[in-house]
Amino acid sequence: MSKQQTLDDQSAAPASLWKVSTSPHLKSNESVEKIMWTVVACLVPPLILSVFVFGIQTLLITAVSVVSCVVVEWASQKLLGRPVTIKDGSAVLTGMLMAFVIPPGVSPLLPILAAIFAIYIGKHLLGGIGYNFFNPALLGRAFLLASFPVAMTSAWLPPVKNLAIFSYLGGAVDAVSTATPLAVMKEKGMVAFTEAFGSGSDLYGSFFFGWRPGCIGETSGFLLVLGGLYLLYRGYISWHIPVSLLGTIAVLTWIFGGEGYLTGDPLLAVLSGGAILGAFYMATDYVTSPSNKTAKIFFGIGVGALTVLIRMKGGYPEGICYAILLMNPLSTVLDGWFKPVRFAPPVGGAK
Amino acid sequence: MKSLLTFPKGGIHPPECKAQTQSLGIEIMPVPDELELILGQHIGAPCQPTVAKREEIVEGGLIGEVLKGLGVPLHAPVAGKVKDIGSSVHPVRVSVPSITLTVNREAEATHYEKEAWQGLDSAELLARVHNGGIIGIGGAGFPTHVKLKPPANSPVDTLILNGAECEPYITADHRAMLEYSEEIVEGSKIILKILGIKECHIGIENNKPDAIQAMTQAAEKASSPDASVKVRTLQVKYPQGSEKQLIHAVTGRKVPAMALPSAVGVVVQNVSTAKAIYDAVVYRKPLYEKVITVAGKGIGRPANLLVKIGTKVSDIVEYLGGTQPGLTKIILGGPMMGFAVSNLDVPVTKTTSAVLFLTEDEVDTKPHSQCIRCGWCLEACPMGLEPKEIALHVEANKAEATEPFGVFDCFECGSCAYVCPAKRPLVQFVRLAKMKAKRP
Repeated sequence: MSKQQTLDDQSAAPASLWKVSTSPHLKSNESVEKIMWTVVACLVPPLILSVFVFGIQTLLITAVSVVSCVVVEWASQKLLGRPVTIKDGSAVLTGMLMAFVIPPGVSPLLPILAAIFAIYIGKHLLGGIGYNFFNPALLGRAFLLASFPVAMTSAWLPPVKNLAIFSYLGGAVDAVSTATPLAVMKEKGMVAFTEAFGSGSDLYGSFFFGWRPGCIGETSGFLLVLGGLYLLYRGYISWHIPVSLLGTIAVLTWIFGGEGYLTGDPLLAVLSGGAILGAFYMATDYVTSPSNKTAKIFFGIGVGALTVLIRMKGGYPEGICYAILLMNPLSTVLDGWFKPVRFAPPVGGAK
Repeated sequence: MKSLLTFPKGGIHPPECKAQTQSLGIEIMPVPDELELILGQHIGAPCQPTVAKREEIVEGGLIGEVLKGLGVPLHAPVAGKVKDIGSSVHPVRVSVPSITLTVNREAEATHYEKEAWQGLDSAELLARVHNGGIIGIGGAGFPTHVKLKPPANSPVDTLILNGAECEPYITADHRAMLEYSEEIVEGSKIILKILGIKECHIGIENNKPDAIQAMTQAAEKASSPDASVKVRTLQVKYPQGSEKQLIHAVTGRKVPAMALPSAVGVVVQNVSTAKAIYDAVVYRKPLYEKVITVAGKGIGRPANLLVKIGTKVSDIVEYLGGTQPGLTKIILGGPMMGFAVSNLDVPVTKTTSAVLFLTEDEVDTKPHSQCIRCGWCLEACPMGLEPKEIALHVEANKAEATEPFGVFDCFECGSCAYVCPAKRPLVQFVRLAKMKAKRP
């Protein structure tokens, strides 16, 4: 009606109804929660497979790991007087990933202890999300490996035998022993390895589909790559770290991993141990890896090279966990070395 | 198919949100009873009033002039009476000096006669641009006559008309290109003559095929041996309309940091500024009205309106049938770079390109969380800067150490803040850093 009335109507509503902030006023519909929960979702298929292969014990260990990570995250944030952010999914993801790098046959006490170390000390005492410079899940595994070396290197479960869906995927099912392939290869040599796990395409097949002893989530390269490709498609990870990391493992193993030079088996090296899990899900952790794409490539190469070095010369059959942890603190250094390309720096010397 | 021009790095694809208004013709809004003219319409010195309180003025009459410093005069959008010389709410600053006019509805509108401009020399054309009160009406508001007089040591060979209109929601330039295509092309020829050059490129994003067609036709019709006007199709990508990004897309040249486009031989003008130049030169009609887009789910009826400078947002709201429930944010300008206002008494200025009424589901008001170093902002930044580092430094009270991360190269397009999954106000951090890290 009249102008006066319109304005009166508006003045009846407090002006604070209109939000005022500086631009931009639009935001993309991506969020930290969405990223975290998507990665968690990508880890569900390998988990389900793991339950089929190793039995219900894996589900118990994973559940304990996830729940204790979330509880420790909540308690840490309460204790340190920080806002509680358990809804963002990062603790759930850490719990999932930590379970994935634990042998399925350990006591459920272990993931609880690992969660306390990883989340409280490794994440929150180092600043909380965004500031922690070690991957918490791997820190949890490293802690367990140092504190419970026997359990962590022997609590393997043999794959459930004669499971119908695997009978045509894996070859030498009955011959599978309960030591991990890399351990057999390292300690007993190639001959014992082929006796235990077979050879040729059968071997690749059983490794690719997860038909071998190993940690809870790292055995099925196929499902892990599938999830990783989905994360690539969504733009949540970029190809730089997975490709450079796996490429380095393949090349270095091919050159140095055999009886003589250039006789190693690159495919086996990539399918063994946690290489694929590490490349797609651990090394790509935003907080603990470089942000710049070139820096990511060097980070991946560093992790790959250290992995091969530890596998061949170190005291452990598998090296990717320590390789990533060793490279983690270098992320910010690498980001400092490799700056984004500026559109056009000032004339007379860029600063 | 011709490949689409764009800039090399970064950029984002926000939802375009242009469907609401892109097919709506420019509508002349009836003049409200009162207009409020801010005396500082542009970057540079504000105007001094040349009229006194209660003085009668005619449409197009001079009411403010810049006596000292960089600036352009201000003209009365309508015939009327000076009600007050005081201060009013500014869209950005708290309050600024302004002139309030009461409209005289009986007075006759000034009639403008078309004049031939081809015989005029560059200096006269430039004087008319200055006297017309023309500033860049794409948003930044730099006085146009200054831009058209590049420094003698950097010869200019190319004019680019900016018709990218990459901000979501806004369709004012789009409509102007459809409805005033010939005037815009004529305006570009006037600019070419002022600059003494021959080459003009009109850059338009590919999401406005009708505008590209209309402008191409007008350009072909008007091109002559001494004035080549060409339409160049741009990829739809924000911030395609940024001066440096547009220059690179069209010419492949890179304007260095801290330098003007003339350093690489280019002058950029918005298409609507070209129309204003045409009016100022051909009709001697000063800039006192402009096309703005009014859109968003929070307004009764979205529209492209030709409004008088000084029209208050409250009058626009009333004309367009009031606001809608759920209105959360009112923005002057685009959603990526515009300013949110808390008050409907804000008047439209020469730089206002849109008034947006956004509802809860159109804006993001989630609180931000800590940086997870995902690096998405590095990918999105069209200038190759490091927004996350700048923000982390500002948060750690080390704003003065942010220059190596490019804080002074930032033109605040907001791409980084748009993509940030932690919803961090990265541009705001950059603004703070700019304030604290003064260039030595």
